[in-house]
Amino acid sequence: MTKLIIILLSAVFINNYVLSRFLGICPFLGVSKKLDSATGMSLAVIFVMLMATAATWPIQTYLLDPNGLGYLQTIVFILVIAALVQLVEIVLKRYIPSLHKSLGVYLPLITTNCAVLGVTILNIDEGYTFIEAMVNSLGSGLGFFLAMVMFSGVRSKLEGTDVPKNFKGLPITLVAAAITSLSFLGFGGVIENLFA
Amino acid sequence: MNTLQNFSKGLIKENPVLVLVLGTCPTLATSTSVTNALGMGLAATVVLLCSNVVISALRKVIPDKVRIPCYIVLIAGFVTMVQMLVKAFAPALDAALGIYLPLIVVNCIILGRAEMFANKNKVFDSAVDALGMGAGFTLALALMATIREVFGNGTFMGLPIPVLADNHISILTMAPGGFFVFGLLIAAVNKFSANKPKKQEFGCAGCPSAEICGKACLNNGEEAAVND
Repeated sequence: MTKLIIILLSAVFINNYVLSRFLGICPFLGVSKKLDSATGMSLAVIFVMLMATAATWPIQTYLLDPNGLGYLQTIVFILVIAALVQLVEIVLKRYIPSLHKSLGVYLPLITTNCAVLGVTILNIDEGYTFIEAMVNSLGSGLGFFLAMVMFSGVRSKLEGTDVPKNFKGLPITLVAAAITSLSFLGFGGVIENLFA
Repeated sequence: MNTLQNFSKGLIKENPVLVLVLGTCPTLATSTSVTNALGMGLAATVVLLCSNVVISALRKVIPDKVRIPCYIVLIAGFVTMVQMLVKAFAPALDAALGIYLPLIVVNCIILGRAEMFANKNKVFDSAVDALGMGAGFTLALALMATIREVFGNGTFMGLPIPVLADNHISILTMAPGGFFVFGLLIAAVNKFSANKPKKQEFGCAGCPSAEICGKACLNNGEEAAVND
């Protein structure tokens, strides 16, 4: 149990996908302008990360590894994720239209999101069990959510500030991201010592 | 457009990292040392070259409706090949790049060039475009890695630099330094391309999901700046 909590908290705070692993930077910079789109995008990412792990972990463990096909990982995972996202979208549209309305537009974007492919590959690389892999995916998704929501707050402040001409737009956003990321460095070592 | 222009546009005018702002994830993650940056640039260039050539050769065969899935499968195949080659011949680089090597699959530069260039142009032009873009990517990565390694670690390609080695700013090699140096570089690019005032927003031009992305933002009452 302690191990699961450590995995969850490290995924959220220490190895934060956006701010320390640099995965999923595109949506982080692209969709973080407004709080509601940031929330929608991150909820969709959490959802797809969990689904993708639930699908890819068994495929790797019971299908690819026993047959010596481990090297097909990259191709199989990206295809599974792409197909899964399509499937989820169709199912949501048919059965839970309200959820589709709030998450639907973000789902197709996630297919080529490196955070989702990254979490599935890392789960295998770290040698997690199924439960650990699911917890890690949940933590990674929550970490993405936290970073997106925090950063959309930072950005709304940036909108109204007078920045030097050459820093307008992306450069000042990146500098703000650097400071946000700096705040996450403070979590280093906290989680391990919490349970020591 | 002649061959030379076709090649050189990727280096400066349409530099994929600093001007088009594509492939930010590997740029930030692997620019901690010059050696890693060169390795990543080379690996991505090889994948880009292969995918551009094959996609251009198959541009009349691949049905328009399923082109993105086809491109992804082709790219994933080449990435797997590169991954195996790196594992076999440069295990140290494989360990250093780690997860970012398989993640070349979702690098926007590669899918972007397939979508924007290779499916409309001849094989030779596509190959030249791939080499130019690959060189531009490698150059930008190397530039960023040089700044981060020299000032953050006091070394250049592992060799210590006299004064800086004792007075390095370690934060530059950590995550915040990546964002910071990247921001400064883009600001510098803005400064020197100031004669052509271009509204620089996040560059999704080459991203295959740009169209949907713009819609997603519009639906939420956000201006379509992301999609510019």
